[in-house]
Amino acid sequence: MDHELGQPHEPDLALHVEDLTVSYGDRPALWDIDLNIPPGVLAGVIGPNGAGKSTLLKAILGLVPLSAGHVRLFGHTYAEQRRRVGYVPQRSSVDWDFPTTAVDVVTMGLYGRMGWFRWPGRRERDRALRALEEVGMDALADRQISELSGGQQQRVFIARALVQQPDLLLLDEPMAGVDATTERSIIDILGRLRREGRTIIVVHHDLQTVQRYFDWLIFLNVRVIAAGPIDSVYTARNLRRTYGGQVALLDEGRQRNGGPEDAGPAG
Amino acid sequence: MTGLADPTVAILLTGMLVGVSASLLGSFLVLRGNSMLADAISHSILFGIALAWLLTGQTSGPVQIAGAALSGVLAVYLIETLTRTRRLRDDAAIGLVFPALFSAGVILINVFARDVHLDEHTVLLGEIGFVWLDTVTLGGIEVPRAMLAMAVMLVLDAAFVLAFYKALKLATFDPDLARALGLAPGLIFYVHLSLLSGTAVAAFDAVGVVLFITFVVVPPATAYLLTRRLSSMIVLAMILAAASAPLGYAVAFWLDVSIGGAMALATGPFLLLAYGWRRWRAWQQARAAGGLQSPSASA
Repeated sequence: MDHELGQPHEPDLALHVEDLTVSYGDRPALWDIDLNIPPGVLAGVIGPNGAGKSTLLKAILGLVPLSAGHVRLFGHTYAEQRRRVGYVPQRSSVDWDFPTTAVDVVTMGLYGRMGWFRWPGRRERDRALRALEEVGMDALADRQISELSGGQQQRVFIARALVQQPDLLLLDEPMAGVDATTERSIIDILGRLRREGRTIIVVHHDLQTVQRYFDWLIFLNVRVIAAGPIDSVYTARNLRRTYGGQVALLDEGRQRNGGPEDAGPAG
Repeated sequence: MTGLADPTVAILLTGMLVGVSASLLGSFLVLRGNSMLADAISHSILFGIALAWLLTGQTSGPVQIAGAALSGVLAVYLIETLTRTRRLRDDAAIGLVFPALFSAGVILINVFARDVHLDEHTVLLGEIGFVWLDTVTLGGIEVPRAMLAMAVMLVLDAAFVLAFYKALKLATFDPDLARALGLAPGLIFYVHLSLLSGTAVAAFDAVGVVLFITFVVVPPATAYLLTRRLSSMIVLAMILAAASAPLGYAVAFWLDVSIGGAMALATGPFLLLAYGWRRWRAWQQARAAGGLQSPSASA
């Protein structure tokens, strides 16, 4: 690597990914990814199933081994920036029958900065309760997590990331399987965070809402097809190049959404 | 004989120590959904026991426990490595690894250790009825060797769980977040399983490896049905395991059967009762809800 440790590299970018390749077995999940995201944007990552969207988030967080390339957050490695990054994994990635409560799950977000041996106390509980309040879940703080609805569980997960007060927030399909009310409140929370100057990257699956929700967009299908401010990259051409033959989906999206004007039936 | 070397006291206390330490570590294993790793570990340690004996000539003591703990960890490492190739599912990997290590242990014993106090039957089932015969003197007090080994392992296990409780909990609930927050879930996992291996070795004199698995799995599974907090689940599992020892002892005395076997079996009624209670509660709640809600809201 030509960058020395500790020496900032691209410090003006919230996220800088260069030459990143990740493989599972012999199949590349991400191939030669270059990505630059400025601070203060609400960015969506879209692409078909198996495009490597979740893998991209995991690669940023150092959860999967990189075959090549590097990732920098505000100029530094993830290990150096741990405390500034919040992560909301897919809701289905954990067992919601685990014997614990909503406020306890939110407290887990503080485990990293509490050090190895200290037990959570009053201060941690208060901070967790405030985070639950931000997502409108404070009334259900002591509820067993299996008794919460899907949307409520999702908001607990978001509160767990908010309690860290992250400068960069990564969310993996936060709108999957939640009701319309929850989806609206999630997007309100993300909008508020963006206005506070935080950077948010969201893996998203619903093309119909892309234009309304995000101001920055990454088209991903193993490679980065396009990335940039939504007005300049949200085109039918990029959608087709990302989703290939799944055009019925795009046409539906365009009709309901009054989407990009140059969208046409692909051959 | 009096005190800790009294047969009844020795048998009961040793059984309780096995139950408490096994269910303490087992709670996290049951919640992770890989209880079968306990099976793999407790069989694989026979390989370590045989190897440690061949190298040092000792059949018990710290060297034995460390050697066997290492072979338990070796089993876990092999299973994880096989699973990571993505050519095998983890249950198949478990099925491949532990019979191999267990049979290697059996062969080593049969070839090199025919005359030594090490045989497969004792390793599998143990003989808790005889723990009071083998004692050491500690500060003027006669203590059964198996009880002392179990007490030491329980202290180590409890110290580990208390010191790393947050990391253990998060590594069990959400390993990805644990890694992202820098809480080294992989390391925690291996230390946890090393301690489980060491505890299994200390327990095998008393209850054998098969019965050890019962204490790792059944009391935590029972407590899981009865509580909604991790901490109370662990405490309740340890209480249930401790209660199974005297209950099993009484049954063994009454029916004149294997004490270790009866102790392990005694964990069963608690599980059945807990399951029955859960079903009854669910039925009651469904009935209460049915009276209040319209049919369309019953989903």
